[in-house]
Amino acid sequence: MPHDHHDHDNHLDPMDARTRALETILTRKGLVDPAAVDEIIETYAEKVGPRNGAQVVARAWDEPDFADWLKRDATAAIASMGFSGRQGEHMRAVFNTPRLHNLVVCTLCSCYPWPVLGLPPVWYKSPAYRSRAVIEPRAVLREFGLELPGDVAVRVWDSTAELRYLVIPERPAGTESMSREELAALVTRESMIGTGLAKVPA
Amino acid sequence: MNGPQDVGGMMGFGPVRPEADEPAFHAPWEGRALGLTLCAGALGRWTLDESRHARESLSPAIYYNASYYEIWLRALEALLVKHGLVSAKELAEGTSPEAPPHPKRLPPERVEPAMKAGTPYDRPLATTPRFRPGEKVRARNIHPRGHTRLPRYVRGHVGVIEADRGGFVLPDASAHELGEGAERLYTVVFEAETLWGPDAEPGTQISVDAWESYLEPA
Repeated sequence: MPHDHHDHDNHLDPMDARTRALETILTRKGLVDPAAVDEIIETYAEKVGPRNGAQVVARAWDEPDFADWLKRDATAAIASMGFSGRQGEHMRAVFNTPRLHNLVVCTLCSCYPWPVLGLPPVWYKSPAYRSRAVIEPRAVLREFGLELPGDVAVRVWDSTAELRYLVIPERPAGTESMSREELAALVTRESMIGTGLAKVPA
Repeated sequence: MNGPQDVGGMMGFGPVRPEADEPAFHAPWEGRALGLTLCAGALGRWTLDESRHARESLSPAIYYNASYYEIWLRALEALLVKHGLVSAKELAEGTSPEAPPHPKRLPPERVEPAMKAGTPYDRPLATTPRFRPGEKVRARNIHPRGHTRLPRYVRGHVGVIEADRGGFVLPDASAHELGEGAERLYTVVFEAETLWGPDAEPGTQISVDAWESYLEPA
């Protein structure tokens, strides 16, 4: 077998056996090159993740012109930083304000902006999140430890088409003198989905 | 279809359980399942919409018991059989005769460019928009047996057009090998009280992106 990195798998997991069987078939039939599968795994495990989105947010906080570009044409603004492609072909940036909190969900499947956030976490794909985010978003946010004041409106974006949404959280107070890198370190994955806020500097 | 995927507003799934420092994959097979799905998709035999339809066509009992990568893998098996790339016998036996590489087999060096390029779904339209931003519309009360991206929880309800997003490939056509059927796409905003009545949380709006044929004047 060419892919001996399977050695540490749990051989009792039926999905492991089922996936291996399918990979064997597809490889033997010349339909899949296992080295391409390796490359995809490396891409989304190592290279493409929420640090990309954090750089976008930090720049939006730091550069009003870039924030304006994000509002007008998020796809182009984000692509200018090198983040583009699959599941991010049509980007929209939605900005939180003191009176408005944005929350992103895909009730019908698992649509998520891969180029800026990487692969979605398990909770984002779970029926619990997908079912509840549209009917009781404030209750969901409380489970993430976020209690929104009553005068903050909630806007839920259900990703039912090929538009992918990136939440731009509010810039925390006390960050005026921070570098772009320090700012990016405050931007969590949850804050860019809307289930959290940016971290407040210690 | 009114399948197991259409969960918006359902109850009983319990709390959301975020995981601190969640890894990209929870077992090596999950990464393989992702990679196989993307590599098989690159063969060009089905659209993203058709693969979504294959996932939602799993029986509800399987869908709700499966992890998301299990849903993907089961749907991939179904697509491969449907399109004659793999036989049910081969799946059952877990092996097959060897064949030379398919002309569209994704080579490792094409992975990064392919992921970076993506597949744009916008399509320029010369038609006049049927609806304008600010206009009230009703999500049609439709229950297609095939694929659709109009969730049940908005059907029959009145919302407001927030934005005209231009033309996009219509999933209802694209999922069923009926061409692209491009139509204008709109972001439509609903008040939570409209969708959920007195059980709505206050101060909440929900939007969906809806194709023109999903909507009617209100």
